[in-house]
Amino acid sequence: MEVQKTALYQIHKNLGAKFVPFAGYEMPIQYKDGIVKEHISTRTYAGFFDVSHMGQFFLEGDETLTEALEKIIPADLKSLKLNHSKYSFLLNNDGGIIDDLIVTKTKKGFCIILNAACKENDIKQISKFLGNNHKYLLNNDLSLIALQGPKSVGILEKLIPGVSDLKFMTGNNFNYDNDNLYITRSGYTGEDGFEISISNKKVEKLVNFLISNEVKPIGLGARDTLRLEAGLCLYGHDLNEKINPIEANLKWAIAKKRKNVGGFNGWDKIKSLLDNGSEKIRVGIKPDGKVIARENTKIFSTDGNEIGLVTSGTFGPSVNAPVAMGYVKSNFAKVGTLIKLEVRGKKYGGKVSELPFYKKNYVK
Amino acid sequence: MSEKKFSKKHEWVSLEGDIATVGITKHATELLGDIVFAEVPDPGKSVEKDGQAAVVESTKAASDVYSPISGEITEGNKAIVDDPSSINTDPEGASWFFKLKMKDKGEFDSLMSKEEYDKFCKDNPN
Repeated sequence: MEVQKTALYQIHKNLGAKFVPFAGYEMPIQYKDGIVKEHISTRTYAGFFDVSHMGQFFLEGDETLTEALEKIIPADLKSLKLNHSKYSFLLNNDGGIIDDLIVTKTKKGFCIILNAACKENDIKQISKFLGNNHKYLLNNDLSLIALQGPKSVGILEKLIPGVSDLKFMTGNNFNYDNDNLYITRSGYTGEDGFEISISNKKVEKLVNFLISNEVKPIGLGARDTLRLEAGLCLYGHDLNEKINPIEANLKWAIAKKRKNVGGFNGWDKIKSLLDNGSEKIRVGIKPDGKVIARENTKIFSTDGNEIGLVTSGTFGPSVNAPVAMGYVKSNFAKVGTLIKLEVRGKKYGGKVSELPFYKKNYVK
Repeated sequence: MSEKKFSKKHEWVSLEGDIATVGITKHATELLGDIVFAEVPDPGKSVEKDGQAAVVESTKAASDVYSPISGEITEGNKAIVDDPSSINTDPEGASWFFKLKMKDKGEFDSLMSKEEYDKFCKDNPN
C-alpha cells in the first residue's frame, strides 16, 4: 500500500518534523524541539497536533440507525443529545474491543472518530449492521487538528468566537473563512482543548494562525507521553480485540442503562464479568527510580510469580518519572501493591498506581 | 591533551595513560532525542571490544552503549544516572559513561579520527 500523507505534510516538513510510518501514513514523531519540550509546552501553553490520519466517519439515518449502531457500540446513543460526545468502543461477539472511539450526535445522525490503523475494518464491522436507508461516509476531504493546553481556549476564541462556550465532550458548527468547521471540546492529553474538523483546503490557514500565536506543533512522540500521563489507552497497545472493556478498566464507558438491558455484541460476556469480575485488569504502574518499563515488560509479584504485562511505558515529563500501564491479575490490582518489573533481565521494584498520573480539570 | 577517537556505533573514547573514557557522541544524542535514563557498568566488570557495556534510553526507545575497546571497568559515571538529561547537554564532556583500563592499544588506534567520524556521519545520516 502506498504511504499516505496528510494535507499538512509540507508544513510539517517546513517545521522540521522527523517522520515515521504510522498506520499507513507518514506522520511527524517530533519536531525540532524534541518530545520533552513539546510535551511541556502543551501542558504549560498550547500545542497543536495533526491527527488527520484518524477516520472521520459520518452516518446519516433515522432512529433505526441509532438502533443499528447500538448493536456494536455500548453507549446510550438513544439518549445522546445533539452535539454531545461519548467515549465508547466497537465490540465483537466476545466483548473484545475492535476499536475505541468518540461518537458525537449530529443533526442527521452521528460522527465517529476512528483510529487510523482500524478505520477500514471498523467501517466493515459497522456496515454489517446498517440498512439500506442508512448513509455513511469516511470523509477524507477533512483534516482533524487537536489544539490542546491551557491557552487553547483563549487563542481559538480570538479566531472563532464562541468556542469558549463549549463544555467538555460537546461540540458545534462554527464559521471560519466562509467554511463550516465542526469543533468539539475534547482531546487526548489530559488538558483542556479542542478537536477541529476542517476542510483540507483551509487547514493550512488555521495552522498558520496557531503558529503565529506561538502554538507549537506536537508530534506523535509527545502525544504518547501526554496521553499516558493522562491514563488514556492507546489502541493496539493497551486495547485490542482480545481485551474487553471490563478488563480494560473502562466499564465507566458502558452506559448504565445498557449494562442492564444489553442488546449489544458481547453483552453476555460483559454482564458475567460485571457480576463476577475479570481475571486481569488494566492498572497504572510506577516503576521505582528512573527505570523505564516499556511495552511487553513482564510484571511479577514480590514473591516472584509472573502476574502480568506492561502495555505502554515511557518517561512522563510532567510527572518527571517513568510511568506505565499494564494488565495484572485482579488480586494484584489494588493501588499501592508492590510489584517487580523485569527490564533487560533484571527485576526492578515498582507499584500499582492510581490513574491518571497527571490530573487537570476539564471545563464542565 | 588526550587523543579522542570515534566508533561507528557513535561512541567516543579518550585516552590518558592506559585509562580510556567512553561516552556517546553529540551526533548520537541528536539521533536519540531527549535522554531520560542511563545505566552504567560497575567497576571490576570486564568488557569486550564492541560488547554491550551500558544502556541509554530516550523518550522513544532504549539503546545499548557498546565499548569500542576491551578492558576492565574502573568507574561508571553516576552523575548521568542521576541526571540523564545532562547527556543531551554535554555528551562529549562531563557526561561520559564509563572509564576502563585498556587491554590493547591497537584497538584504540584502529578507531576513527574526528575527521573520519564526521565524514562517516555525513555518509550515514541515520
